[in-house]
Amino acid sequence: MTRHVHAIQCIGCPVGCGGEVVIEAGAVIEMRGFTCDKGQAYAADEVVAPKRMVTTTVRVDGGTLPLLPVVSERPVPKDAIFDCIRLLRSVVVQAPVEADAIIVADALGLGVNFRAACSIAEA
Amino acid sequence: MREFRYDVIAIGGGPAGMAAALSAKQAGAEKVLIIERDRELGGILQQCIHNGFGLRRFEDELTGPGYAHRYINMVKASDIDVWLDSTVLSAAPGGIVTSVSPQQGLRVATGSSVVYSMGCRERTRGAIRIPGSRPAGVFTAGAAQRMVNMEGYLPGKEVVIVGSGDIGLIMARRMTLEGAKVKAVFEIMPYSNGLTRNIVQCLEDFGIPLYLAHSVVAVHGKDRVTGVTVAEVDAALTPIPGTEFDVACDCVLLSVGLIPENELGRAAGLHIDAVTGGGVVDQFRETSLAGYFAAGNVLHVHDLVDWVSQEAEIAGKSAALHALGKLPPAGEHRPVTAGDGVRTVVPQRLSPPSGQLSVRFYLRASRPMGASILRLHADGNVVWERKLRVVKPSEMIVAEISWKKLGSSDVLEFTVVPAPVEADSEPAEEEVA
Ligand code: SF4
Repeated sequence: MTRHVHAIQCIGCPVGCGGEVVIEAGAVIEMRGFTCDKGQAYAADEVVAPKRMVTTTVRVDGGTLPLLPVVSERPVPKDAIFDCIRLLRSVVVQAPVEADAIIVADALGLGVNFRAACSIAEA
Repeated sequence: MREFRYDVIAIGGGPAGMAAALSAKQAGAEKVLIIERDRELGGILQQCIHNGFGLRRFEDELTGPGYAHRYINMVKASDIDVWLDSTVLSAAPGGIVTSVSPQQGLRVATGSSVVYSMGCRERTRGAIRIPGSRPAGVFTAGAAQRMVNMEGYLPGKEVVIVGSGDIGLIMARRMTLEGAKVKAVFEIMPYSNGLTRNIVQCLEDFGIPLYLAHSVVAVHGKDRVTGVTVAEVDAALTPIPGTEFDVACDCVLLSVGLIPENELGRAAGLHIDAVTGGGVVDQFRETSLAGYFAAGNVLHVHDLVDWVSQEAEIAGKSAALHALGKLPPAGEHRPVTAGDGVRTVVPQRLSPPSGQLSVRFYLRASRPMGASILRLHADGNVVWERKLRVVKPSEMIVAEISWKKLGSSDVLEFTVVPAPVEADSEPAEEEVA
C-alpha cells in the first residue's frame, strides 16, 4: 500500500503549527506536529477534503451602509468557495438586518448557512 | 461651550477604547466616556470582514465586525457615554480633552484619567519612497479594504501587492474573490511580515506567488498605473542590478507597515519609544504624562485584536484606579529593555508593584528563528526563561512573569537566543490566557 506524507501548515489559530500527515489507502494513519485537537482535525481534513471559512459582503437596500458583511457558519469545501461568492454577489437584503440573521440558508445545498456578521440599521 | 467631567475618557472607540472603557467601569469608575471620530464604534474592525478574530478573547472565531459587535453591545448595555462623529483636537495636561463634532460643535471634557486608544494608520508610499511616476491606482491595502468591503468598489483588476503585511495578504484573497487577478506579492525582507496562516489561506490557496527579498524599483504609468519594475535585493536591501523584471498591473496596494497614530500624545510632549512608535509605559500602561494611559495599536502595533482587548483592560483598570486615587503615585521606574534578538518590549518600564502578582509583557523578535529560548535577565542574571517553538517578527510573544521573578533588580532585559537542537519535538508552551 502506498503511503503519502503531506506537509501541512495549520491555519486554525495564529500559533501556526506546521506538521505532517501520513495517508495510506485514503485514510490518515499518522500525524505529527499539531499541538491541539482542533489542529489535528484541520490537518486531517486538509489532506482528505480541504475546507475554508468564507466571508464576503452582500448589498443592502435602505441601510445606513451599502454593504453587509456575511460569514459562513462553518467551513465550506475549498472548491465551492467561488460558487458561494458568486451566489452571494447576487443577493440584496433589506435593512434593518440583525447580527447573526441567516442571509442565505443551505447555500448551494452544502448544508451551510451564511449569516450577517453584524447588524445594519435602517437609514 | 458646555463642560463635562469624567473619571475616565477613552480617546478612540475601536477595540482598545471599548475594552478600556468597560474595564474602567468594572474597576469602579463611575463616569466613563468614549470619544469616537467615526459615526459608529468599532474602529478598523468594521472593515475587516474576514474571520479569525476572538479565538482567545471569546474562544470563538469571529469576523472583525462580529468582534466589534460583541463589544458594542457590552458598551450599549453599560452607562458609558459615547460621543460619535467627534474628533479630538487636543488632550492637555490635567486630562482636558477638546473635541469637535458637526452636530455638537466644540466640547471640552475633563477626565481624571485619559486612555489613548486612537489605533494606528498605514505607512504610505511617501514613507517608503517608491521611485517612479505618481499615477492613479496606488492605494494602501487598508484604503482598498475600505473601498471593497464598505463602499463596494473594486480598486483595480490586475493587482500587485507591495509588502506582505497581514492587510495586504487579506486583500490579496479578497480582491481575488471579487474577480481581480492578483499577480504577486513582493516583500523586501527575506521573510514575510504576515501571519503564517494568512500566507497559507490568502496566497497559497489561490496560487498567488510571494517573492521574498524583492523590491519595487519603479512604478510606471502616466494617468493610471500600468505596471511596476521589481528587482531582487541583497542582504543590505539594495536592488541587485540585472535582476529587474516588469509586471503589468492597473492597481498597486501597499502593505508596508503600520504606525501608531500618536499626534495627540506628541503634541502634549509624550515620551515616545523610537522603535514601537508608541508611548513609553509602565505595567499599568501609564505613559510619561500623568493620568494618561495607552492601549492597543496606538501603544504598539498588535497582530491580534485579542491582545489589544486584553491590554486595554489593563489600561482601563489602571485608569479607573488612578481616577479613584487608588493607583500608587509613579515612583522610581526600572527600565525593561530589548536585548539580543528582541526588537520591542512593552511595558518599557516597571513601577513598584501594587497588588499585582505578575506582569504581562508583549515582545517582538528582531528576526525569525527556529526553536529558541526567551530569557529575562535581571542585572545580568537569568531569572526566567521559556522555550519557543518558532520565532517570527510578525507574531507577538506574550510572557506573563511573576513579581517573584521580577525581583527588585535595577535593570531588566529580554533576549531571544536559538535553542540547542533536539528541542523541536517539544510542544509550544501555551501563554497564560
Ligand atoms: S495545531 Fe492548534 S495550536 Fe497549532 S496552529 Fe493549529 S489550531 Fe493553533
